Amino acid sequence: MQRARIRWHIAVFLAPAVLVYTAIMIFPLFNTLRLALYSEVDQTRIFVGLDNFRTLFFDPIWSEQFWNALGNNFWFFIVHMLVQNPIGVALAAILSHPRLRFAALYRSAIFIPTILSFVIVGFAWKLILSPIWGIAPSMLEFIGLKSLFQPWLGKEEYALTTLALISVWQFVGIPMMLIYAALLSIPEEILEAGEVDGITGISAFWKIKLPLILPSIGIISILTFVGNFNAFDLIYASQGALAGPDFSTDILGTFLYRTFFGFQLQLGDPHMGSAIASGMFAIILIGVCIYLFGIQTRMRRYQM
Amino acid sequence: MNKARKNPFNTLAMHGALILYTLIALFPVFVILINSFKDRKAIFREPLALPDAETFSMIGYQTVMKQGDFFLYFQNSLIVTVASLFFVLLFGAMAAFALAEYRFKGNTLMGLYLALGIMIPIRIGTVAILEMMVASGLVNTLWALILVYTAQGLPLAVFILSEFMRQVSDDLKNAARVDGLSEYAIFFRLVLPLVRPAMATVAVFNMIPIWNDLWFPLILAPAEETKTLTLGSQVFIGQFVTDWNAVLSALSMAILPVLILYVIFSRQLIRGITSGAVK
Repeated sequence: MQRARIRWHIAVFLAPAVLVYTAIMIFPLFNTLRLALYSEVDQTRIFVGLDNFRTLFFDPIWSEQFWNALGNNFWFFIVHMLVQNPIGVALAAILSHPRLRFAALYRSAIFIPTILSFVIVGFAWKLILSPIWGIAPSMLEFIGLKSLFQPWLGKEEYALTTLALISVWQFVGIPMMLIYAALLSIPEEILEAGEVDGITGISAFWKIKLPLILPSIGIISILTFVGNFNAFDLIYASQGALAGPDFSTDILGTFLYRTFFGFQLQLGDPHMGSAIASGMFAIILIGVCIYLFGIQTRMRRYQM
Repeated sequence: MNKARKNPFNTLAMHGALILYTLIALFPVFVILINSFKDRKAIFREPLALPDAETFSMIGYQTVMKQGDFFLYFQNSLIVTVASLFFVLLFGAMAAFALAEYRFKGNTLMGLYLALGIMIPIRIGTVAILEMMVASGLVNTLWALILVYTAQGLPLAVFILSEFMRQVSDDLKNAARVDGLSEYAIFFRLVLPLVRPAMATVAVFNMIPIWNDLWFPLILAPAEETKTLTLGSQVFIGQFVTDWNAVLSALSMAILPVLILYVIFSRQLIRGITSGAVK
């Protein structure tokens, strides 16, 4: 008898979250994918199939911008993987050392850039690297490397890498914290067993700890991937919507913004914007799938 | 214990590396803050010197106060962040309770559906979100931002909170049922107080991205009366690019509230991250 009763309270508990989530997140997501198949002619919306994607990939004006943004985005991601994550792991390895004093203080201080907004970070670094103010050149002079100074954010060949490194500076705290947590969860007995076999110090890190924290490094990689492929704020705050100089710092996020809202003489186009957003969705989905099915399932998990 | 683990040279090298990186992390913030209190000449002549009696100046802050409505921006940011956190926590906890407490058809499927949003950024749907907000007249209202941030925060909140709610003892809840408490009373009076630490973790996680977001304020609420602090300082700095005093002061005013919040909540935040809530 009791089973047959509809348990309304379950519906009441679930309803608000499911409604808001479906209405504001899931529905617009699919609606955006749908809008990518339409175009506007004479102020009426008409179905054009895959035409927008054909324009995006093959029309010379569009495709050049699209591949440029995509390539830049990959470089942005690679810099994060090669610089941010190794530094994060190294800092975490030092911090997790037993009997290290002031560890909590270092940890809190190194995490501070992560809580600042992109607007603050973008402008602060823009000022510091500015040749007008001269902080960066005079500091390089101090260590005798003044000849290396360049207006990095203003040069096409350096601007993107510089911005990627600024972003690394900002977010190094996240891999540091996650790896730190993973390292702390390694039981002391395993390390002591290693010591008995003569594995200590640096080699204990490479042979024992690193294999044990690989799953955390996997999670950090996919978080970095998703974060980088929908990045926008830092580039917009420091280089503007045109992602200068000469689009050399343009990534998918800024490209989407320009296309959707228009800039200078070009009018905004929600349908092409949707097509770019769909492309970003596909890239993120592929990345997440590679992680879930290709990496996570094959990674050996050790019981600790 | 072996030699390598208490070698004084190693300890020194470790502190050296950490101090070096801490300096790299804090240097830009420090430079911005000290220069915001100096006059224009001193900013350029000795950018690394602390302000002294001669170079001290509040001219930048005066310009900011006169030109930008930073009180209003701050208030908007505060309303949006607090309201979004309230809805994320309330709705998230309710849904998490339903998933953790009751067995019903489609429970796992519902859990997976709600978890989808953890990996897929809500920004992808921006075009359709804007269209919807225009159609419903919510553009340039704070409600547009509150709704978006609530939807954005829910997936992770439900995921973390339901993990914690599974740990609340069944005996306690059954005892309450025997005493005749309704399911709603059990949730609000019994379970919610018990998962308060997890709620704090979720709140701190969501707070920073909401407060710092530039994308949605720029697209959904760029009007003067709905600008958030992040968007407001972006626009202000863009207009005053050549007035270094004003720019540095605006930056400092944007940094300070976050820094104060961080000092208050940093233990909670770090405990939240390191407790493995992200796994």
